[in-house]
Amino acid sequence: MKGQENFRNQVKGIYNVLVVSCIMVFLIGILGVIYMVSPSSFSFKTDSPKTEMITVTEEGDEDNWDKIEDGVHLRTGLKDGEGLMTVVNNCTNCHSAQLVIQNRMNREKWVETIRWMQETQNLWDLGKNEEVILDYLVTNYPLLKKGRRENLTNIEWYTLNE
Amino acid sequence: MKRRHFVKRTALGSLAGLLGAEIVFGANMPDNYDLLGLQDPDPFKLFGKDKEMLVLNSKPWNMEAMAHLLDDKITPNPYIFVRNNGKVPEDINEKEWTITFDGESVKEEKTFSLEELKSKFKHYTYQLTLECGGNGRKEFDPPAKGNQWGIGAVYCANWTGVRLGDVLDYVGIKSDAVYIGYHAIDKHLSGDPTKQPISRGVPISKAYMDETLLAFQMNGKDIPLVHGFPLRLVCGGWPASTSGKWVNRISVRNKVHDGEKMTGTSYKVPCHPVAPGEKVKEEDMCIIESMPVKSLITYPKSGAQLANGKKLNIRGHAWAGELEVSKVFYSIDFGVTWSECTLEKPVNRLAWQHFKASISFPKTGYYEVWARAVDANGESQPMLVPGWNPKGYLNNACHRIAVKIV
Repeated sequence: MKGQENFRNQVKGIYNVLVVSCIMVFLIGILGVIYMVSPSSFSFKTDSPKTEMITVTEEGDEDNWDKIEDGVHLRTGLKDGEGLMTVVNNCTNCHSAQLVIQNRMNREKWVETIRWMQETQNLWDLGKNEEVILDYLVTNYPLLKKGRRENLTNIEWYTLNE
Repeated sequence: MKRRHFVKRTALGSLAGLLGAEIVFGANMPDNYDLLGLQDPDPFKLFGKDKEMLVLNSKPWNMEAMAHLLDDKITPNPYIFVRNNGKVPEDINEKEWTITFDGESVKEEKTFSLEELKSKFKHYTYQLTLECGGNGRKEFDPPAKGNQWGIGAVYCANWTGVRLGDVLDYVGIKSDAVYIGYHAIDKHLSGDPTKQPISRGVPISKAYMDETLLAFQMNGKDIPLVHGFPLRLVCGGWPASTSGKWVNRISVRNKVHDGEKMTGTSYKVPCHPVAPGEKVKEEDMCIIESMPVKSLITYPKSGAQLANGKKLNIRGHAWAGELEVSKVFYSIDFGVTWSECTLEKPVNRLAWQHFKASISFPKTGYYEVWARAVDANGESQPMLVPGWNPKGYLNNACHRIAVKIV
């Protein structure tokens, strides 16, 4: 009888554990369903384009996120200057800042590029920010004259033993 | 008992929910999630690239080689440039991969699994030169917008696949077919599911060339993910953008394909020469087909200092789009005099050719070794940057390396 009682208690114990774990699994399942229906409800962010890269930082704290060193915005490589954050917030959501930095254009060409992005690449209306962005770009990344062929530069000299 | 059933059922229900959620995670990952994976700070590890490769852009990923990295006759993956218009896809299931042939000019729409494609058609292997249309863009003045490629957006790999022409014959195309356009699974940078990052193509005549492949292997192995796993259209000698990666649909068109980056000014140059900086109307822009003649000195690396009296042995590759390269010359006096290099025949059509020369220098000083290839039609590489065009394509100016004799 006592053995039977013991066995019954053990079964009861296992049963309780099972119930609790089933409830937990059920809750996780519900979370999964919510995730399926609306993935954004898990991303805890107020301004999605700006926050998507936060995961990349090592320190992750606010101070370092937009740190500027030697006149360069570390996170993007863009030069520090008036309008920097407007450029960061509007121009680095779809593509990296490297695409901006590589390119040298006059104001007219930048406007053309912005229109092209708006017409075909889902860039939004920049409103008053457009002027700020254009000023920043032509000031910090001005056109350079290259001529028909430049000198070879950045040559790393080394001794060749043949 | 009833309660136990209930518990059991809900447990299974939530497990199914979990499984369901897992499938959703895999198949339909939210944008920032897949960005996280492919924003890995180490693209070299991510794509198996050499540390000396230059990263031009991390979103989308674009990387190029330097001349000395391209010394191999068949370019190994670590030195192959990376060009993306959209996001690199993830979680590709080769076993479930299909390719559909559709469009106005197919007799009937047909879909093949990858296995069917491999088993139904004969396999061919060719060394094919692929060069980005914008390779050399960085030298244009006034500059053209886009990735500022130097000289390293070119390579020649060994591609294995089936002939696109064989598959088109099997599918059956109508007599009014003029173009094919590819479609692929990569996603637009903006995350907009209705947009394709790129969907280009070639005329039917190019589609039917022996060397135009639907390839499933590169250099004897599965194609690396970033280069189009599991299936890539390879059109050697044409702008590499015609060689669609991750291809799952080919449309046979009764007009010039009008997919993304076929229209507007993309991959087009002025039909008639224009002055630098001139505005060109869209209707005056013509689609680039065969790439122009070009060469690279891949050995030695620029910057070699050599003892006076010693000979310098140079080597490299030359290619000419659809054509064969007939001659390669070098100059050590800034183009005043030219000497001919030894040039090998191509292994197959559209493969780059290898050249070499042994150079003596008259005295100590600063030299530049220039290489200039000439194609079968007698067209040569220019010494200066060629005709300006609004988008900065087709810069085939001769390659230069710096040498000091000390």
